[in-house]
Amino acid sequence: MITLNAKIPEGPLEEKWTRYKSTTKLVNPANKKKLDIIIIGTGLSGAGSAAALGELGYNVKVFCYQDSPRRAHSVAAQGGINAAKNYKHDGDSVYRLFYDMIKGGDFRAREANVYRIAEVSNQVIDHYTALGVPFAREYGGTLDTRSFGGVQVSRTFYAKGQTGQQCLLGAYSSLNRQIKAGTVTMYPRRDMLDIVVIDGRARGIIVRNLLTGEIERHSAHAVVLASGGYGTIYYLSTLAVNSNASAAWKAYKKGAAFANPSFVQIHPSSIPQLNEFQSKLTLMSESLRNDGRIWVPKNKGDKRPANDIPEEERDYYLERRYPTFGNLVPRDVASRAAKERCDAGYGVGETGLAVNLDFRDAIKKHGKKVIENRYGNLFEMYQHITGLDPYEEPMRIYPAGHYTMGGLWVDYELMTTLPGLFSIGESNFSDHGANRLGASSLMQAAGDGYFILPNTISNYLSGEIRTPRIPTTGSEFDEAEKNAKERIAKLLSIKGKNTSTTFHKRLGKIMWDYCGMTRNEEGLKKALKMVEELKKEFWSDLMVPGEGADLNQELEKAGRVADFMELAKLMITDALNRKESCGAHFREEYQTPDGEAMRNDREYSYVAAWEYNGDDEPVLNKEPLKFEFVELKERSYK
Amino acid sequence: MPDMKFKLKIWRQKNEKTKGSFVSYDLDNVSPDMSFLEMLDALNKRLVESGKEPVAFDHDCREGICGSCGMYINGLPHGPVPGLTTCHLAMRYFNDGDSITIEPWRAKAFPVIKDLIVDRSAFDRIQVAGGFISVTAGAASEANAILITKTKSDEAFDSAICIGCGACVASCKNASAMLFVSAKISQFALLPQGHVEAKARVRAMVQEMDRQGFGNCSNTGACEARCPKQIKLTNIARLNREYYKAY
Amino acid sequence: MNKILFSAVSKKFVMALAGLFLLLFLPVHLGINLMLLKDDPQPFNSAAHFMATFPLVKVVEVLLFLTILIHVVYGITLQIQNWLSRPVRYEVSNRAETSAFSRFMIWTGGSVLIFLIIHFFNFYFIKLGLVEGDPENFYAIAWQLFTIPGYVILYWVCFILLGFHLFHALQSAFQTLGLNNDFWTPVIKGLSLIYAIVVPLGFAVIPLVIWLIK
Repeated sequence: MITLNAKIPEGPLEEKWTRYKSTTKLVNPANKKKLDIIIIGTGLSGAGSAAALGELGYNVKVFCYQDSPRRAHSVAAQGGINAAKNYKHDGDSVYRLFYDMIKGGDFRAREANVYRIAEVSNQVIDHYTALGVPFAREYGGTLDTRSFGGVQVSRTFYAKGQTGQQCLLGAYSSLNRQIKAGTVTMYPRRDMLDIVVIDGRARGIIVRNLLTGEIERHSAHAVVLASGGYGTIYYLSTLAVNSNASAAWKAYKKGAAFANPSFVQIHPSSIPQLNEFQSKLTLMSESLRNDGRIWVPKNKGDKRPANDIPEEERDYYLERRYPTFGNLVPRDVASRAAKERCDAGYGVGETGLAVNLDFRDAIKKHGKKVIENRYGNLFEMYQHITGLDPYEEPMRIYPAGHYTMGGLWVDYELMTTLPGLFSIGESNFSDHGANRLGASSLMQAAGDGYFILPNTISNYLSGEIRTPRIPTTGSEFDEAEKNAKERIAKLLSIKGKNTSTTFHKRLGKIMWDYCGMTRNEEGLKKALKMVEELKKEFWSDLMVPGEGADLNQELEKAGRVADFMELAKLMITDALNRKESCGAHFREEYQTPDGEAMRNDREYSYVAAWEYNGDDEPVLNKEPLKFEFVELKERSYK
Repeated sequence: MPDMKFKLKIWRQKNEKTKGSFVSYDLDNVSPDMSFLEMLDALNKRLVESGKEPVAFDHDCREGICGSCGMYINGLPHGPVPGLTTCHLAMRYFNDGDSITIEPWRAKAFPVIKDLIVDRSAFDRIQVAGGFISVTAGAASEANAILITKTKSDEAFDSAICIGCGACVASCKNASAMLFVSAKISQFALLPQGHVEAKARVRAMVQEMDRQGFGNCSNTGACEARCPKQIKLTNIARLNREYYKAY
Repeated sequence: MNKILFSAVSKKFVMALAGLFLLLFLPVHLGINLMLLKDDPQPFNSAAHFMATFPLVKVVEVLLFLTILIHVVYGITLQIQNWLSRPVRYEVSNRAETSAFSRFMIWTGGSVLIFLIIHFFNFYFIKLGLVEGDPENFYAIAWQLFTIPGYVILYWVCFILLGFHLFHALQSAFQTLGLNNDFWTPVIKGLSLIYAIVVPLGFAVIPLVIWLIK
């Protein structure tokens, strides 16, 4: 059993972070040069932290699996990035952003962490603007904002539908500056295969050079995981197809607790699946719900073209069920509502697994030009993928796996339960509770990377200044490398009949059906068995052609799918354990008479931090969530 | 819609050192809704299941924004539809029975690594040379302290949306990287934040571009025509201006 | 210094400036040539004489040859570099939507250069005394050359190719000099087209008219 010490500073909520920063231990500039830090991932958190740590003078090594750090999946975030600037003078404040996140996360996040991210959100916008990120502006030259789901203020900064790309390229540019300065060394096309632990501390990693197949050792005084989420466990998701859980999973197996793995956000608006070879689901930004109205026909199985269905026969079910927030309810609520309608037989399209997102009224009100200006690139993308024109007929959308609120457990300093191993951005669990509000993932990733980790990591590293550079020749490195090589050999030796993609698809289907938008005990137990069987089949019938000492994309995939098989079990176990409905975790057994999530604060107001226990069942550690500053309430958007 | 059939002719090359050649494949049961990469996935599934090495190609987000994918399809980077990346190119844009020749990007600065994968790290090196504004985390002033007209800001955005896929180099008869470099130069030239280092930036980036072995721009406009993000040639003119100003 | 003179951008800059200078010279040459259409050889011959002897023109002449030399040397160097930038060609040739004129600048330029050399033999070298002939009566030499059908055809072909070269050249020079925006670029393209038609056409009609007069 591990002890979970969240290390939350004393004092009033709004002073905790300031107090922490003024009292935390520092490393003097001369010593920083002697300290090595490894960072896995180059998204908003990884590239941001690499830049910030490089600027401070640490010796940073950064790894990513893509050919360039500029391709990390933060690039695909569309809608925007939140900050409590209150530029619209609509009553926003750090506290309100904090409160919206706590409520949006259904009271399953840590108050102090959430308040802190809300606090640094403004710095993030300042920093990106200074880095030359071209956020949208008003005619007067100030920054523009728009509204996003689950809130009643306009606090989302954006760059058309490519906010993530612009922020990532900003982060990439600051990373490049440090590469030029020599403080950061970049290692692209590397897959992390293991974490090396020496005397109970994370001291290095084993990576595979994806170009040559060579297994490499790298050591450091601290390791930072910025490896993103595991939403691709569903196979079809809005994530980049190579996104994976492997780095986080390896960390878990080396002693970092995994928190709330079953908290997965299903995004309500993605383009539905069109063919059996489909490899991903393309997101249609939440910002579309600012102007688009979601509806299904009032009559079951109405197969008329959408435009032929008269107004009185349309059911704008979100406006009907949630009059206060209407189409802008949070994602989990919108997704479940869509599933509910489709399951009841009201879905549209050939499969009946879609709902309409209609811009007819918005075009009538604002004109086509305005709508084109706001969402032009998304409309175009929709048309290219589906062959249908959303200016003429409603878009068809359906929920898809998107973001994982769960992740490695971290304390206030963003350190996992494995000393010296930090986790930032989506790869940790910290700020979104059981559901994430739109446009807060970029905020959290950037905040963690630029402004939080650089301040907290010094507290750990100040104790490392006497540790000389860590050699990569120790027995721990030998052991880790041997294990990594053995696993590669094993994957290559099966020589079965099915591709790793085939297994991934089957795993994804199980997870989607039983551990997706809604779950129940019977289904979860069934899924546990199915995953166990699938895993066995995987290890006996997998086909990976080619060799290990070469660029081998099938081998890369196989390793990732193998890890997903294990993670799936933990997700299901967590979902089974949490006998309540909260945020994105909806247990059918626990709902109100009108189908809303029913939380159980008395028994489940805790973070479930799972500890790896070899081949035995994982150990559940609970971090109780204390709400000192907000009152626990039923989360209602009605 | 009925399934489609294709005759594929794909460049196969084991690694940087070995010589490659074209290999032909027949593929049927292709749905018109499949993307070009999903079509290749289908081919690869067949190859892997019979124990053969699949066609290697770079890809990731599959929604046109990461810039990983890129193939030279029947004489055109990213295929026949302007404004699309390969991952967004639906098979419905082809005719049933079409022959499709798929080649990797060809440029001295982009050596082939395997099959359709090329090494585009030259792009990163150009960005490292100067594609940034030097501001340290924590040093930024309040975001609204500098006002920027909406037109300028939107124009900067239009340059900033480059995804670094390399289609400009692939389509240019000279394998020139001017559009790529100019997009970044333009973004920063249009924003006041970029002005402080403007001279050093353009010198450094152009110098690095030359060092990487890209060709010279001869204003043919092929890059603009084939850029999946439709980045405009005016950026190159701006790069030229910025460069003259720097001396 | 090397960086400045030989960067990809500088080389183009030099090309563009040299090209633009040559573009200025062409109408002057055309203006003199049009005097060939007069029955009286005097105006043409005295213009030629003026061009050959006036001191200021001498200075410009040196500049002109230097410009041609730079334009040719840079053009060839750039082209070789460009070819080397893609050592392995594509199997399917590039179908990117560009103007054909822009893709064949080295070939149209090369043809013009060949014509220029012939032209030197016919006229300029006579002036220098390298080739036999009467430098005071270019009028007669020109009229005589235009009676040779093969020469006239070659002359026409070269001017058509020159037109192709000029059409891309003018707009390209502006782009290279950094003068491109949404409003002026279409105007410049229009002017390029007019220039590329009018100037070569002006040269090309001369032998035609001479033929008709005969």
